[in-house]
Amino acid sequence: MPLTTVTNPVKAGSRYLSGNDAAAEGAIAAGCRFYGGYPITPSSEIMEYMSRKMVPRGGAFLQMEDEIASISSVVGASWSGAKAMTATSGPGLSLMQECLGYAAFTETPVVVVDVQRAGPCTGQATKVGAGDIMAVKWGSHGDYQVVALSPWSVQEMFSLTVEAFNLSERLRVPAFLLAEEATGHLRERVDLPETIEIYNRDYTPGQPVFGCAEADGIPSMPCFGAGEKLMVTGSTHDQWGFRKTEGPEFHDRLVRRLSRKVLDRKAEICRHEGYYLDDAEVVVVAYGFTARSALRAVRQARQDGMAVGLLRLITIWPFDGELISRVAQGARGFLVPEMNLGQVDGLVRSAAGDTPVKSLTQVNGSTISPASILAALGEMR
Amino acid sequence: MARSMEKYLRPEVKTTPFCPGCGHGVLMGALLRAMDQLQLDMEKTVFVSGIGCAAWIPSPNFAADTLHTLHGRAVAFASGVKAANPDLKVIVISGDGDLTSIGGNHLIHAARRNQELTVICANNMIYGMTGGQMAPTTPQGHLTATSVQGNPYRAFDLVKLVKGAGAPYVARGSVVRPYDLIGYLKKAIASPDFAFVEVLSPCPTQYGRRNKLDSPGAMYDRLGQLCRTEAGNDPACSPPEDALLLGEFND
Repeated sequence: MPLTTVTNPVKAGSRYLSGNDAAAEGAIAAGCRFYGGYPITPSSEIMEYMSRKMVPRGGAFLQMEDEIASISSVVGASWSGAKAMTATSGPGLSLMQECLGYAAFTETPVVVVDVQRAGPCTGQATKVGAGDIMAVKWGSHGDYQVVALSPWSVQEMFSLTVEAFNLSERLRVPAFLLAEEATGHLRERVDLPETIEIYNRDYTPGQPVFGCAEADGIPSMPCFGAGEKLMVTGSTHDQWGFRKTEGPEFHDRLVRRLSRKVLDRKAEICRHEGYYLDDAEVVVVAYGFTARSALRAVRQARQDGMAVGLLRLITIWPFDGELISRVAQGARGFLVPEMNLGQVDGLVRSAAGDTPVKSLTQVNGSTISPASILAALGEMR
Repeated sequence: MARSMEKYLRPEVKTTPFCPGCGHGVLMGALLRAMDQLQLDMEKTVFVSGIGCAAWIPSPNFAADTLHTLHGRAVAFASGVKAANPDLKVIVISGDGDLTSIGGNHLIHAARRNQELTVICANNMIYGMTGGQMAPTTPQGHLTATSVQGNPYRAFDLVKLVKGAGAPYVARGSVVRPYDLIGYLKKAIASPDFAFVEVLSPCPTQYGRRNKLDSPGAMYDRLGQLCRTEAGNDPACSPPEDALLLGEFND
């Protein structure tokens, strides 16, 4: 497995960064060498940082005419052999959806940092939201899988961007950093390591590029100019890339493998953190910035004598329903606070069995306070 | 001569995907000859296309790296391919609907950025693959599946459009003047700039049968009558109103 430890190319040590700048540093550290983007609040600082800091390191930067062009250029650059990314927010994500399906179907590694704002539509462009949880998974047509990670700190804006690149390159799928405006614009101390692990694309010459013997396999990925005479197409294709627009077996085999190559590796992909779960009767399931407030509320509730814990989801997609089911066995209730009208809530419910799930929703463009979560916990005593 | 071009084609490809009388096969032949005369390194050339009949000219036929993209987005994909590896020659081949309607924004902005890309637009003045609907290149008054009373709108002049957007090399050729066309394609491919070639290519199946040009031969004859060049114009006889001016349109 080509996961290698390298000297962190960006300045290591204790630094004071915004979340967006830390994501850009993470991308550069992971080896990103192409950025295609379009300005959008609250993600634009990532594009600005990449234009300043990645280009002097030999990367290519294109400010495209819109988000459709941005993600299209990223897919093209990825086939030219570059680790490639873009960053955006809700409206831009909506425009990118068709091409994200193309990336999934052609097994093109791409990383998208989605700094979520208060949607739908233009909404409140400078205010926080977490309404894109379902959009990153279900926004393009047809069945496909992606990876989506949810950072709760500036530190994780760095480390999970590196991980998004590693997973994207390894699984040949679109990988999202599902950030939120509050984390993107948060400034706090980060400790950047001296060395990091990065995954460089697996390429064996002469192998099929779009199929393999295993029903959940991940084919080798060459790049343009390597003499492979690649046929990349968004139409249904065989293992060499020949269009197969007739023949049910081709479509069925391809669509199922693209799903299984992610879902069969859930145990390796999915990460979470648990706080006070050992004896927790009520479990708060939280992610992203909301998990910060949730941890504060859980600690307060503990002081108040309530047996409560926090399950912080780091991986959102693929969703680890088995984890929820395991935790549900020892719990008498879940609380799911979210800056949307209940998106992860439905996923938790589908895995919680008989354990009741309470949803705490807030869509007013501000972060959920520890007091709100504490109050909701109080109702579950 | 024809068989000598087969080295540029994938051996697995045995048939043409195009309808009888389609001009795209002639364009494909002209492009292969242009590449052959330039001694283009096929291992360092990427062919990018969108969706539609013309997108099938390179994909999967050409024995090179091919990127068959989404409808309208070929130029945007190509921008990323070229930026990430400037050693690659990147040639976009797609249709008029793909490049100038759904993909029009990408086309003009790529011309403005003047990245080194060759863009070849096979213009059959209609949406062929989807069944003959009106395109932004359909001449005013002509009949299509979505303009049975006649197209009420003016057609884009693609040469003026792309030149206005800043492309340093712009040409219009036609499959009825294949040797001139090969010359334009060679210049476009060899250009270190954004280069655009519009290629007039008849669609007998969708266009001809709706516009009283019942055979491929009749379509080619009509296109031949309409195609004019500056040098070839007889000042004594004025060209027809719907004449199509071929040539290179550069300052």
